[in-house]
Amino acid sequence: MSDKQATPNQAMTVNWRGLLNTLSPVLALVGVFELFVLIAPSSFATVRNIEMIARQTTIVGVAALGMTLVIISGGIDLSVGSVVALSTVAIAWLLEYAGVSPLVAAIGGVAAAAFFGLVSGVLITRLRVVPFIVTLGMMLVVRGAAKGIGREQKIDVDPVRLKWLDDLLASVPPERSWMLLPPGVWMLILLAVAMAALLRYTRLGRHTFAIGSNEQTARLCGVAVDRVKVLVYTLCGVFGGLAGLMQFSRLTVGDPTVAVGLELNVIAAVVIGGGSLSGGEGSILGTLVGALIMTVIASGCTQMGLPNWVQEIVTGAIIVAAVALDRLRHRRTA
Amino acid sequence: MAERIDSHQPAVRLQMEGVSKRFGATIALEDVGIKVAAGEVLALVGENGAGKSTLMKVLSGAIKPDAGRMWLDGVPYRPAHPLEARRAGVAMIYQELSLTPHLNVQENIMLGMEPVSLGVVRWKEVRRRAIEAIKEFDNPELTPDARVSRLSVGSQQLVEIARALAIGCRVLVLDEPTSSLTQRDVERLFEIIGRLKQQGKAIIYISHFIEEVKRIADRVTVLRDGRVVGSSDVAAITTDQIVALMVGRQVEELYPRCERQAGEVVLEIEDLAGLKNPRSASLKLRRGEVLGIAGLVGAGRTELLRSLFGLEPVRKGRIRLGLYSGPASPTRRWMQGAGLLSEDRKEEGLALSLSVADNVTLSKLKGFGPLGMVLPSRQDKATRRWLRELDIRCRGPRQPVGSLSGGNQQKVALARLLQHDVDVFLLDEPTRGIDVAAKALVYKLINAVATGSPAEGRQPKAVLMVSSYLPELMGVCDRVAVMCRGILGPTYKVSEVNEHELMFEATGREATA
Repeated sequence: MSDKQATPNQAMTVNWRGLLNTLSPVLALVGVFELFVLIAPSSFATVRNIEMIARQTTIVGVAALGMTLVIISGGIDLSVGSVVALSTVAIAWLLEYAGVSPLVAAIGGVAAAAFFGLVSGVLITRLRVVPFIVTLGMMLVVRGAAKGIGREQKIDVDPVRLKWLDDLLASVPPERSWMLLPPGVWMLILLAVAMAALLRYTRLGRHTFAIGSNEQTARLCGVAVDRVKVLVYTLCGVFGGLAGLMQFSRLTVGDPTVAVGLELNVIAAVVIGGGSLSGGEGSILGTLVGALIMTVIASGCTQMGLPNWVQEIVTGAIIVAAVALDRLRHRRTA
Repeated sequence: MAERIDSHQPAVRLQMEGVSKRFGATIALEDVGIKVAAGEVLALVGENGAGKSTLMKVLSGAIKPDAGRMWLDGVPYRPAHPLEARRAGVAMIYQELSLTPHLNVQENIMLGMEPVSLGVVRWKEVRRRAIEAIKEFDNPELTPDARVSRLSVGSQQLVEIARALAIGCRVLVLDEPTSSLTQRDVERLFEIIGRLKQQGKAIIYISHFIEEVKRIADRVTVLRDGRVVGSSDVAAITTDQIVALMVGRQVEELYPRCERQAGEVVLEIEDLAGLKNPRSASLKLRRGEVLGIAGLVGAGRTELLRSLFGLEPVRKGRIRLGLYSGPASPTRRWMQGAGLLSEDRKEEGLALSLSVADNVTLSKLKGFGPLGMVLPSRQDKATRRWLRELDIRCRGPRQPVGSLSGGNQQKVALARLLQHDVDVFLLDEPTRGIDVAAKALVYKLINAVATGSPAEGRQPKAVLMVSSYLPELMGVCDRVAVMCRGILGPTYKVSEVNEHELMFEATGREATA
């Protein structure tokens, strides 16, 4: 009786709170953006600048999609920066020395990255060594492999062979203004939607959350924990490879020394977006917002003529503040 | 001083009076008063949620009461925080021990109060005081240099008590101290409590086990729904009277039992042995029956269920589950129609940060949408049925399961087996740490699944249940077997044995006819 009366009301309040929780990173992003609109030069809020922010977010954003999955499962992948470098080198090598088409080269680069993700996953599950250590090792192994393929040098690619590969992240030319955003950004958006759906509507997604929340429960409930983990790290490799493709498109060289430390930006994006390093929490929307917040700060600081070191201090402070706020919110809802 | 506290007993060490506390709309404590004399053991009993823990949190300064006064040895006592309570000589020993496992015994005992000169710890002094605190216990395992992680649970508990003694405590609170101890450790603990009594410590003993209370306590105070419903000398009250006070109603209807028809054998194991435990176990479980496994903690009962279910390795022996034989992974076991309820709800049974719906459906995420998709709305719909049928109190299927009470969490864990529609229920301590109302529901449920309902087309299921609480096994099961030191004994019809015989078998002694 009283139950029935209470149900719709309670459902309402739960929804409001849930909505607020999912939207709070978005609100933070809007807040940071508005701040720069107020204090930065008027060029900040232009379509051009917004497009640039989107382009600059893409590399970190794509890699962060995979990292979100890993972090939700309760793991971490420190090898992402190296995987991006490896992917650029592999693509360049395939184009320049194997003479394959851009599409095959791109697929090859992503496949190489996926392979190393697979290796991480297998090592973590077989050796029972924590992901931090395994992927720390893989960070060096993959970086070394990239340097080996490139013989310690960048691989330059003949521009003729590039075809469409160099305009993934290029500014949209006026004759194709109907695209609004460069193809790479669209790819990020599509991948993000696919990943969000995977997390929410597939067994793999639900199992990933379950493993991150309590691995023992997952095992008790018959979740094939090891298989899911291998898959998760492999997917993280795939996304690292795709990020590498974007990176290659931007620089058009295979550079084994590129993206050093990128994994930290990627992890920061996930964490700012509400991912918990102890697993079981995180969302694609949050991760994208996290990545965008970092680019907005970088772009805003640049436009205001602030030096690089200020940017770094601000970004660092934002990371800590975002997580602290998140903890605070959790304590209140708990 | 005696006049100041308005008491007829001169040696009252701790008195709490008129303590009330509300959390929002719920009354946790209302006008609660207790008294403990020096050299006395007061047992505090009550169901889960009766207010015992809240009262002890007030005593330890962890929460502030809305009203009420306290005196310690006649002096008003108002701890602002736990540290102040400790300094005043009120020490708590909780169910979950709070030791640092990597440090050794003496470091743990003196942690936070190391004697220091010029910023350097005086290790000789640490050692002297630690030895002084542990020498009472007369336990060869307890040496100042022993690493705490290597000690048995019983000895770890003694380290905590030693720490309390080293502070110079006047009031010692023991919260469910025996729940994870072996019988031998329990005996040792009781002996030590006796000695502490003689030293004039006031002891508050919280327990679910009335038998223990009868043995160890001088007086008993019963709490129900945040109020004191009775206080008496232990000698002047019977176990039944205590239980009646706790529950507030009669207990007979606790164990419903319908007419059951034992059908075909669905689970058969023969000489099963795991890595360490079980050493040898054989049994046959039929559809439509509840088979209980009694025994002491550590006898290998949990390991038997876990190796059956593929969570622990099987070294030798035969297992046949329905049509399938041989060991199998948990994934396969679920597919073969068996489900395990873990004894450890928080660590293993449930993923606390996930929603009720996710926890209920995790073992079988099929059939919740087209193309193998898992649609949250359909998970919720399936879950709502169990919220209703098992009377699970929560805001809805999307509430994180960690924010539910213990009894409701256990119902969620059970709902998983029901939702999966398993044929063989493997239940490990299904009523551990839940209140009497929830227990009654669990018993009702076990009876219902074992009986089945031909009218609704529900087949009878088979239940294999491990429990440390004999009255429960006698009440719920059709047959019962005892496990002792990894070896499973013969099964008896419950009508043909009594608790004493089972207890003798569990402790490895010859049954005295």
